[in-house]
Amino acid sequence: MNVKAVADKNGYYGEFGGAYIPEMLYNNISELKSRYLDIINSKEFRDEYMQLLKDYVGRPSPLYYAGRLSHHFGTRIFLKREDLNHTGSHKINNTVGQIILASKLGKKRIIAETGAGQHGVATATVCALKGLECIVYMGATDVERQARNVTLMEMLGAKVVPVESGNKTLKDATNEALRDWISNPESTHYIIGSIVGPHPFPDMVTRFQSVISLEMKSQLKEKTGSEDPDYILACIGGGSNAAGAFYHYVENENVKLIGAEGGGMGAETDLTSASITTGRPGVLHACKSLLLQTTDGQVIEPYSISAGLDYPGVGPLHSYLHARGRARYYSINDDDALKAAKQMIELEGIIPALESAHALALLDKMDFNSNDVVVVNLSGRGDKDLETYIKRFDDE
Amino acid sequence: MNKIIKLFNQKSRNILSLFFTAGYPEADSTTEILEAIEESSADMVEIGIPFSDPVADGKVIQDSSSKALLNGMSLEKLFEQLNVVKDRLSKPKLLMGYFNPVMQFGVEKFCKRCSETGVDGVIVPDLPPGEYLAYRGIFEKYDLLFIFLVTPGTSKERLKEISGYASGFIYAVSSYSTTGTSGSSALKPEDVSEISAISGLPVLIGFGVKDNETFRQACSISSGAIIGSAFIRSLDNSPHGIRQSVSLFVNNIREEGD
Ligand SMILES: Cc1ncc(COP(=O)(O)O)c(C=O)c1O
Repeated sequence: MNVKAVADKNGYYGEFGGAYIPEMLYNNISELKSRYLDIINSKEFRDEYMQLLKDYVGRPSPLYYAGRLSHHFGTRIFLKREDLNHTGSHKINNTVGQIILASKLGKKRIIAETGAGQHGVATATVCALKGLECIVYMGATDVERQARNVTLMEMLGAKVVPVESGNKTLKDATNEALRDWISNPESTHYIIGSIVGPHPFPDMVTRFQSVISLEMKSQLKEKTGSEDPDYILACIGGGSNAAGAFYHYVENENVKLIGAEGGGMGAETDLTSASITTGRPGVLHACKSLLLQTTDGQVIEPYSISAGLDYPGVGPLHSYLHARGRARYYSINDDDALKAAKQMIELEGIIPALESAHALALLDKMDFNSNDVVVVNLSGRGDKDLETYIKRFDDE
Repeated sequence: MNKIIKLFNQKSRNILSLFFTAGYPEADSTTEILEAIEESSADMVEIGIPFSDPVADGKVIQDSSSKALLNGMSLEKLFEQLNVVKDRLSKPKLLMGYFNPVMQFGVEKFCKRCSETGVDGVIVPDLPPGEYLAYRGIFEKYDLLFIFLVTPGTSKERLKEISGYASGFIYAVSSYSTTGTSGSSALKPEDVSEISAISGLPVLIGFGVKDNETFRQACSISSGAIIGSAFIRSLDNSPHGIRQSVSLFVNNIREEGD
């Protein structure tokens, strides 16, 4: 079986991916497509990227042996600490890469979509770093729900545009960012926040996030004597942190790759974001992948307690890994994620992002051996979720 | 012969094509609007298939699309409506919509139903040549013209590539924008001549054509124009019913036109 984590030249992973773009985006996409590999493989780019990851983001992120958590589950659990990055999540690995790329392409204006605001903050941050204009599209509902991140983005000099169309959440913010790009094709680069959208975005963002598993290899070697863990667990919104954590292990079948989708109130209900568990192949945001949709092909609004998992689709790489049986995906409900977050706080003194709590909740679903090495990608920290935690922990 | 090709054989100037969203303002408005257009001096009609996420559209078409979905509109319903009126309609008809609803309906089944209900062509803005290739044979099998968009930014090279797939006419987008823009056209007369020369096809201009003046401007450099957002807005404002509103709208556009 020849399963790979890179897209073919048309942006396909098996039957998933592609570039279903209106002609208005052709020039932007074809410029990116023809230049991104040359640029990101150039020495000049690599030097600047690695330097910024080290000195600005704070990489490598530690790989922490979680002793009390390990004891509780009777196995060996390591946490890949993306929560310790500058701005508090893995999102910055991508925005640092894309901002350097945008500068090389001569773009002066940056747009982004955001749901919870993590990607918006990470984009506003690198725009401040480079002195570029930044416009962030955010669903009006999310603007209200995530007021703290709106303040942060504005403090960082970004203009936050509340999106009033559709259900006023992440999907609609992405629509609006694409519309902006159609209207401003020459000046603007669109920093998409996950491994979704038209080719080459899924492949490009995957490459920027792949630093996660690159570091894991040497860190595991040092700590366990082997580069290979038995399991890697990660949460799946669009799928970028998981793609980064899986990347260097996809071709190594000894490593089990496990993803946690936002199950919401349950994958069998209408209130879910579990697009791999319950979706069907479809095209949204210029990309063919598994999608929550009606039989008529209308996209269904997703739900998850975690705003970062609240997306009706998923990156085409994950649809492919799922179809080929290379990775397994579980739907994790709100309550299980909350329980896992609480346990993490009590046992390790780490407050995880609600998204990452979904990955932690997988620990309870698996059957580990005592000498297994399990890596959980802790994609972000929980500061942004404080209100939800306070409210929901009190309810119990 | 395909009715779109026949139209362009007979007429090379001042072609008016109207776009509206199926199922808007009411679920059963579709047939009424089609019959009103049939009676008017418009030449062609594009029927929009509503979609939840119309990324290439501005506010007017977005809103009509969500309202149509609230009205319960679907492709299945649209074909049923077309089936009812098809014998009364003689003007060329196109369906225009995003790929996902078509893909879920089934591309072959979609094409078959199009040909059974008198549809002559389709416009699927998010199925560019690279992705269209996989389905080309099916569209051709049912004699459906597949219409491609070009923009003011389309290079000569890209135009040649698109021309390899294009049929019927070229849909020239007038500016860097989504539909319903208020901005002025970025298309110059020489751009349109080049599109026509390279593709060997007539050109219709769309996006931002909204009244008598912009229609005449478009017609002065091309075979005609497509009016969508402005036409849909006129349907919102039809105190004497849809028929009269459509006739009034078309007459206003046509004044001093033909
Ligand atoms: C901390 C954190 N983890 C995960 C995600 C989900 O995104 P992805 O699946 O692309 O990693 C988000 C998105 O906002 C996030 O903020």
